[in-house]
Amino acid sequence: MKTATFKVWQGNSDGGELETYEVEVDQGYVVLDAIHRIQAEQANDLAVRWNCKAGKCGSCSAEVNGSPKLMCMTRVDELPADKPITVEPMRTFPVVKDLVTDVSWNYEVKASIKRFSPKTADHEDGSWSMDQYDVERPQEFRKCIECFLCQDVCHVLRDHQLHDRFAGPRHYVYVANMEMNPIDTGDRVAELREELGIGYCNITKCCTKVCPEGITITDNAIIPLKERVVDQSYDPLARLIKLVKGTGD
Amino acid sequence: MPSKVTALPVRRTFGQTMRTDVWWLQPVVVFVVFTSFVIYSTWAAFQGSNYYSGNLLSPFYSPLIWGDPAHSFTGTLEPGWWPSFLPVFSPAFVILWAPVSFRLTCYYYRGAYYKAYWPGPSSCSVGTPREAYMGERHFPLILQNAHRYTLPFALLLLVFLSHDAWKALWFETGFGSEELGLSIGTIVLTANVVLLGGYTFGCHSLRHLIGGGIDKLAGRPVQRAAYECVSWCNSRHMIWAWCSLIWVAFADIYVRLCAMGTWVDWRIL
Repeated sequence: MKTATFKVWQGNSDGGELETYEVEVDQGYVVLDAIHRIQAEQANDLAVRWNCKAGKCGSCSAEVNGSPKLMCMTRVDELPADKPITVEPMRTFPVVKDLVTDVSWNYEVKASIKRFSPKTADHEDGSWSMDQYDVERPQEFRKCIECFLCQDVCHVLRDHQLHDRFAGPRHYVYVANMEMNPIDTGDRVAELREELGIGYCNITKCCTKVCPEGITITDNAIIPLKERVVDQSYDPLARLIKLVKGTGD
Repeated sequence: MPSKVTALPVRRTFGQTMRTDVWWLQPVVVFVVFTSFVIYSTWAAFQGSNYYSGNLLSPFYSPLIWGDPAHSFTGTLEPGWWPSFLPVFSPAFVILWAPVSFRLTCYYYRGAYYKAYWPGPSSCSVGTPREAYMGERHFPLILQNAHRYTLPFALLLLVFLSHDAWKALWFETGFGSEELGLSIGTIVLTANVVLLGGYTFGCHSLRHLIGGGIDKLAGRPVQRAAYECVSWCNSRHMIWAWCSLIWVAFADIYVRLCAMGTWVDWRIL
């Protein structure tokens, strides 16, 4: 059994600091295992949120060696062995205690977005028919586990703290899931431009890099939505075509 | 939208991070390669000479509308409307605005050069130098939304560059006729078209215009196939972008050195 040095951030909304722990790590240990060991053997009051330990609940989001990751999916043997492993809470949200942050802002933003509004059912039993091909595009976005790592890494929220003007990648994925669904009749493009502030995104692709579900957030959700915003707000030719076709506003 | 988020952690200053990897390497590489390209292409555009060698035309000068009368479309050295107070005319001046505006507003390059030149941020989870931020909502960056308007010109250039690659397959026999052949220059110009094609056909705006803008592609087999092709190129947009950028500069260097007599275009077939 090997020993690894962990520096774990401990504190609350008033401040905190990195505490150092020497932890014995078994083969196949993930960071969450080590945190649990610290909690069990050295710091019983260490606060950490977790649930499934299988990368599906999105609860154990944190920053490991400065990068947003799920602690349960980050193997200790894949991190540099010659340096201490730092574990910090997500920096985009207020700290509750130690590694636990208050992510409730995300749920409030989600609740403010125009709901899914399906067209009239295709069949008498109230169901719709969709081609599998058309299902697959929004299906990618349904893989989101709401770990909010994409929100954490996004510099618009993380560094510029524009929580009042920018919804963040998670919610663009949520909107893309509805906007690209052939059954949906809702139009959220104006909302994307104004309230949800998609124009603040400058395409750093950090959200895509940290997504544990491998959702191609930038290329498949954000940029296609930006293009729809261009259609509606910045492209006079597209507006003219819509007007001629009689589909414009 | 809910706005109240209290007691956020203190923002980190420029370059501050807990990352332990070499996060600075990528923006530095982008900065060096991109800056080198801009310097070289500007220098090459101002030369106004050595852009033609035998059956090879530099991509920086294609299509040759004005220029060497023996090869240009108009048969004149420079346009009559060119302002006399401008001391220099180069055939590249009337061409390069198209690929420059296409790449400058490209979704991939935007992310890359914002990181390299306007560190906002330099890399993921690394502190930014400034607190204020406007994104692409205001002038001048709101102009990035015009990317789709640069696309037709980029597509048109591909037609001309394909024609150049075709012409590079034909060699003078010395008896007033031409024969089919293959030289290193032919391969260089053909590879240039392939790489630029991969980059241009993977454009995010093209992807949107060709099918991404609608929610139902089932029952439209041609549009669906086109969307699939563009999506395939799009998924490798970064690779196409860099390979085509480097290769187009190399193609100009190749033709230039052949024109100067430094290199000889070696004929394979």
